[in-house]
Amino acid sequence: MKEQLQRDFDNIIKNLSLSQKDIEIKRFYLDNFIDRGFPNRREEDWKFSDLNQIIKKNIGELSFYSDYTSTNKVDTSVFVDGLEHNKIVFINGRIEKIDFDYEKKNQIEIIDQSETINEFSNNNSLSDLNNAFTNKSFKILVKNGYQLQKPLIIYHTTNSKIWSKNINLRLDFELGKDSSLRLIDLFNDTSEKNFLNIFYNFNLKENAVLKNYKVDKLENKNIKYSYNNIEQDKNSISETFILSSGSNFFKNEINCNLNGEYSSAFVNGILSLNNTKHHEIRTIVNHLTENTKSYQLIKSVLENSSKAAYQGKIFVNSKAQKTDGYQLSKAILLNKDSEFNAKPELEIYADDVKCSHGSASGSLNEDSIFYLMSRGLNYQQSRELLINGFLLDVVEKITDSEIKNLIKNMIGIKE
Amino acid sequence: MDQRQKEIDNLKDYKYGFSTDIESTKAPKGLNEEVIKFISNIKKEPKWMLDFRLKAFERFKQLKEPDWQKPKYPKIDYQDLYYYSAPKSMDDKPKSLDELDPKLLETYKKLGIPLQEQARLNGIAVDAVFDSVSVATTFREELSKLGIIFCPISEAIQNHSELVKKYLGSVIPTTDHFFATLNSAVFTDGSFAYIPEGVRCPMELSTYFRINASNTGQFERTLIVADKGSYVSYLEGCTAPMRDENQLHAANVELIALDDAEIKYSTVQNWYPGDKDGKGGIYNFVTKRGLCKGKNSKISWTQVETGSAITWKYPSCILKGDNSVGEFYSIAITNNHQKADTGTKMIHLGKNTKSKIISKGISAGFSDMTYRGLVDISSKASNSNNYTQCDSLLMGNKCGAHTVPYIKNKNSDSNIAHEATTSKISEEQLHYCQQRGLSAEEAVGLIVNGFCKEVLQQLPMEFAVEAQKLVGISLEGSVG
Repeated sequence: MKEQLQRDFDNIIKNLSLSQKDIEIKRFYLDNFIDRGFPNRREEDWKFSDLNQIIKKNIGELSFYSDYTSTNKVDTSVFVDGLEHNKIVFINGRIEKIDFDYEKKNQIEIIDQSETINEFSNNNSLSDLNNAFTNKSFKILVKNGYQLQKPLIIYHTTNSKIWSKNINLRLDFELGKDSSLRLIDLFNDTSEKNFLNIFYNFNLKENAVLKNYKVDKLENKNIKYSYNNIEQDKNSISETFILSSGSNFFKNEINCNLNGEYSSAFVNGILSLNNTKHHEIRTIVNHLTENTKSYQLIKSVLENSSKAAYQGKIFVNSKAQKTDGYQLSKAILLNKDSEFNAKPELEIYADDVKCSHGSASGSLNEDSIFYLMSRGLNYQQSRELLINGFLLDVVEKITDSEIKNLIKNMIGIKE
Repeated sequence: MDQRQKEIDNLKDYKYGFSTDIESTKAPKGLNEEVIKFISNIKKEPKWMLDFRLKAFERFKQLKEPDWQKPKYPKIDYQDLYYYSAPKSMDDKPKSLDELDPKLLETYKKLGIPLQEQARLNGIAVDAVFDSVSVATTFREELSKLGIIFCPISEAIQNHSELVKKYLGSVIPTTDHFFATLNSAVFTDGSFAYIPEGVRCPMELSTYFRINASNTGQFERTLIVADKGSYVSYLEGCTAPMRDENQLHAANVELIALDDAEIKYSTVQNWYPGDKDGKGGIYNFVTKRGLCKGKNSKISWTQVETGSAITWKYPSCILKGDNSVGEFYSIAITNNHQKADTGTKMIHLGKNTKSKIISKGISAGFSDMTYRGLVDISSKASNSNNYTQCDSLLMGNKCGAHTVPYIKNKNSDSNIAHEATTSKISEEQLHYCQQRGLSAEEAVGLIVNGFCKEVLQQLPMEFAVEAQKLVGISLEGSVG
């Protein structure tokens, strides 16, 4: 893999107009990655999902070079109907379109950061990989006091042009004071056997509100990793919703730093898996100052021989008195081959806090099924009704009604 | 009130901190094959036992010291320790208690464990372990009438060789982790208990561990086998003198329960915790593991951990037999600069197995406490159940309380439920108690005792009283 990495790296550098210093920085990260390789189960954070093995098994040889010189045609049929929205379109990792047609022009600034390297680090080698190989990165800045009229949908589209490729993406968001952004990530893949490595950074200033919905619903055979870093100032609110279902492997990591007083973070997730899929959600909420709040709810439904993992951590440092932290994970195992692993973790250094976590996993409640069947439903219907109800709980946490309905339709949950 | 205050003042300092001035026989310092042979030789062990040790030592040499735990400690120089230390008077084994060195008798009396049987509370048989050797075992004859074997493990290796050979290392093999393997190589003494088929042990069996010599690691090994349909309740207590340097205690405890057998193992751990600034104290790195080998068997661990500078242990149950049950009840209290990383592992292998974990952690002062646990339900363990509850109480904002559970479910017929909370003592509760005339300290004591009640209830009566007192003492001075 080492030669491949070196070769692909040189090819990419050729096409970019980078300063010597930037090339050096990129090379430093490349060397780091070569040193560490893909994360494996020996690393605590990857205990339940050995990415190295997963890539070997699902992809085999991975190529890191992508030709970003030619444009791809944007297929408008993938766009969401019935919801007016702003768009960013990635096709095979290349940004094809950024449009904020519904917004006031001077309130949103799009800054090309490709020439300046902003380093990203999350303690695993994937950030090194991302640092070394991202070719274009943008910063989207929402000005103070501006609240976007329409949601922004980021389309992550891949097509059959790419095969066994590693794609690295990065976006940086800054939400100014009193601003708000609703962001939907939609994954739409017709390609197979690629590894997507996505890094987002959010910087929320005072009173800013971020709502991020990540929807991986369509069946595909790709491997994905997504990392959200969210920095929160005073009174800011972040809401993250994850629907993890379509890909062969998907690990979503949310790292949230509550730096300002009265800031709060909500993370809700659904892992709905079948066949041999393997998904993981890992959340870290750092309570770093007084009067902060976090709430997490993760629910999983596992069929066939699918596997899900949830690692959640609430960290409270000694300054963060009056913290409120809550975490709950529930899983239903529908098949004897399915597997659910959890590691809900509390690390607490302040005494005036209320923190708790709960985790439960098991089968569908036979009594409930019996109850429904005795009222005339057949087994299949009762089962569906119960699972729907189980998952609806998470969807109901979505605070934006427009998007809630969109997601309900996508999952096919009827009320 | 005065009486109580006096009692508290007496207890405030670690009252077991005295050391006994007694001549001892030691193995040469350091860890090598010669020392292992020396230990084996002095114990007059059969060849298989020496081979067992050497095999473990071979393996130990390849192992790296683990470093994933939360409490970090300065590197231990394993070559700078004595691996064997015994009171000289024990060189020729005394035949009865009358021949025992009066100094030893006095030490145990001071610790509140009189070894003379007539002075003893009826109903508890004690095996007293002093540094590396067992000095006395009481009530042996009475027990042997029922066919129960209760003796130092070094004697068992000679007299009940077949039994020991069959079970030793069957739960903690020589190929286990770093400290367990070290123990397998150099263990010096400990207790052995065998309860024959269908016998309900009429009294509590108990081991009392005492580290006296300095620069000595204590490595004892306990093996308890409960044959079909038997029952035994086992207690373990421990203390050590106050010394400025840290001392290593790496014991192995193996429990084996055959069909329909039940073992109840209770520990009140009160090793010297170090002084207020965190100087000295025992490193308590113990491996405890129980195997529910037969169907319908049950193993229950209860622990009250108040001592030691660092406690690092996970008493575990391997639920292999169908319908077997594992339980774990724990109170861990850390104060001053103490650190604890403790919890349990419940490995479900058999069908219809059940486990229950209740863990209560209290941290005060500058201490740090971690609950770390594993619940693993394998794909074959259908219809299994686990319930886990871990609550932590924090006193002050200089201490930490952490919960790190690992939950693995590979079976769709099985249920796992886990709950954890972390909070401080509620102002309302304190106010309520104080309003009714209790001082702040008494109120905290009362609330903490209530918090721990679920676990304290599991202890045998004599222990429960001691434990309750200990809980109070350990938190002295942490209010306000």
